[in-house]
Amino acid sequence: MADVICVNGLTKRFGDFVAVNNITFSVKEGEIFGFLGANGAGKTTAMRMLCGLSFPSEGTGTVAGFDIAKQSEKIKKHIGYMSQKFSLYEDLTVMENIQLYAGIYGVEKETMKRESTALLKKLDFENKKDTLVSSLPLGWKQKLAFSAAIFHHPKIVFLDEPTGGVDPATRRQFWEMIYETAANGITIFVTTHYMDEAEYCNRVSIMVDGKIEALNTPKNLKEQFHVDSMSKVFDQLARRAKRGE
Amino acid sequence: MNQFLAFIKKEFFHIYRDKRAILILLVMPIAQILLFGFAISTDVKNIKTAILAPKHTEMMERLAEEIDQNPRFDFVGFLQIENEIDNYLRTNKADVTITFPANFENEVYSGLDNRVCISVNATDPNTASIESNYIAQELYNILSEKTMKGIEPQVSPINVHLMYNPQMKSSFNFVPGIMGLIMILICAMMTSVSIVREKESGTLEVLLVSPMKPFSIMIAKMVPYFGLACINLVSIMILAYYVLDVPLTGSLFWIIAISLLYIILALSLGLLISTLAETQIAAMLISAIVLMMPIILLSGMIFPSESMPPILEYISKIIPTRWYISAMRKLMIQGVSIQYALKEVYILLGMTAFIIAITIKKFKIRLE
Repeated sequence: MADVICVNGLTKRFGDFVAVNNITFSVKEGEIFGFLGANGAGKTTAMRMLCGLSFPSEGTGTVAGFDIAKQSEKIKKHIGYMSQKFSLYEDLTVMENIQLYAGIYGVEKETMKRESTALLKKLDFENKKDTLVSSLPLGWKQKLAFSAAIFHHPKIVFLDEPTGGVDPATRRQFWEMIYETAANGITIFVTTHYMDEAEYCNRVSIMVDGKIEALNTPKNLKEQFHVDSMSKVFDQLARRAKRGE
Repeated sequence: MNQFLAFIKKEFFHIYRDKRAILILLVMPIAQILLFGFAISTDVKNIKTAILAPKHTEMMERLAEEIDQNPRFDFVGFLQIENEIDNYLRTNKADVTITFPANFENEVYSGLDNRVCISVNATDPNTASIESNYIAQELYNILSEKTMKGIEPQVSPINVHLMYNPQMKSSFNFVPGIMGLIMILICAMMTSVSIVREKESGTLEVLLVSPMKPFSIMIAKMVPYFGLACINLVSIMILAYYVLDVPLTGSLFWIIAISLLYIILALSLGLLISTLAETQIAAMLISAIVLMMPIILLSGMIFPSESMPPILEYISKIIPTRWYISAMRKLMIQGVSIQYALKEVYILLGMTAFIIAITIKKFKIRLE
């Protein structure tokens, strides 16, 4: 399968500080790619470059087939993004939030009507469509935020710690949604702090001090480090970090 | 374009669902206009007036009656001897006393020695000067009616004409000031707070990742506030004209054009604040301390900037509101043509361009 993200020697400097140091990796279409690292390891900066929010100091890369340094506007059309804050408007209703994101991504009105009805049905949200988001439970907000992020059928969806503050049962349900989305051909690029979630990914990269120190399937990584869980892999690597939080 | 409309719709929902915002945006301007127009004014009413006239003639009686009929004055009585003046003022039985010379009545038409003396309690100097002006004006009016012979009465060698605001209504002065203040409040403060709120909630990040251009996000954020500012402009002008009798003598086209320019200036100020502030509270504080206080104290809205110490006068020159108020006073109250307010227009234009330039620069840095 083709690579949807392909990055070569990507570096970001802020003055003397090298936030992201010469990282190289690629992500295949339909893959669930876990992007791990301790706080301050440079995950967010790397992700911002991939999303076209920040220019790389050095290195090249393509996302969805577009150059991250020159074609960030085109990249933005073909990616979805969900942050740990769920990024919904609390004072808008469920339907209004969907309409807003559909509108921003230029989804046609007819398509929007048809697909939003289907979506609400799938999520079992039909009787909640005129409810203000502020009154929804956290798990529902999370599902809705994810659905809004992929409403325009992006090639890749970036999830920045999407399960923060959510209980384990809801997290499991959320990962079911992620699997379903990946099965439909949307590539998932996810950062997380939960090591059990890292086990769910097809491949995982672990960043330490701005560099990618490990990149493989969870199974291979565990073998490589002679441990029985991703959590222990992460501990071993994170101990090498010299940067503070 | 659909993108843009979807975004504006969302902004309207935000405002519509926030009852506090509605209150601030639509009710407060009206309340302020009415408060400043009626309750808080520097007009002086019910001035207790006493007259010392050596000869208690029919003319003096009529004079006292005329004064008493004017709502500005309360006639408290005739005095007999000069000592009583001091007594009346000390005990606050009178705010003002008028002393006529012995042969006033004969000489008022002949123009000899007919000096009238007005004594005012000047504990509060502003009130005192307003009171003495009122009295002088009133006497002049009464006496010119009395003569009716086409001869100027010689009450005072100086004739004072109060141009543009003959009744000296303070609301004439306040209305342009309040317009200046409200536009800043709505456009600068509310816009900046609403943008910073999205920074805090993390939605701005999502918007920046979306294909929407950062600048069109900002413009779309401004549109509803621009609309609200226009509604307020209209409602203030209607209230000012029909309720407070502010004349709006100048060209309505230019009054509106300059107000729109000022609204744009205020909106870009709001945008600038939003690039500087990271939290809603910071945005509020910047708006309140950096904008509101100087505007209320230094823009000439309440205290004339000409009478400030030089350093404050210089500071007042960089406050856009000062120039807006000045232009509005010229156009609304004086009714002069636009060429007399061109200086203000140019300064406002320059300031707007300057603020927009800095904002764009700041905005780009922030995105990177």
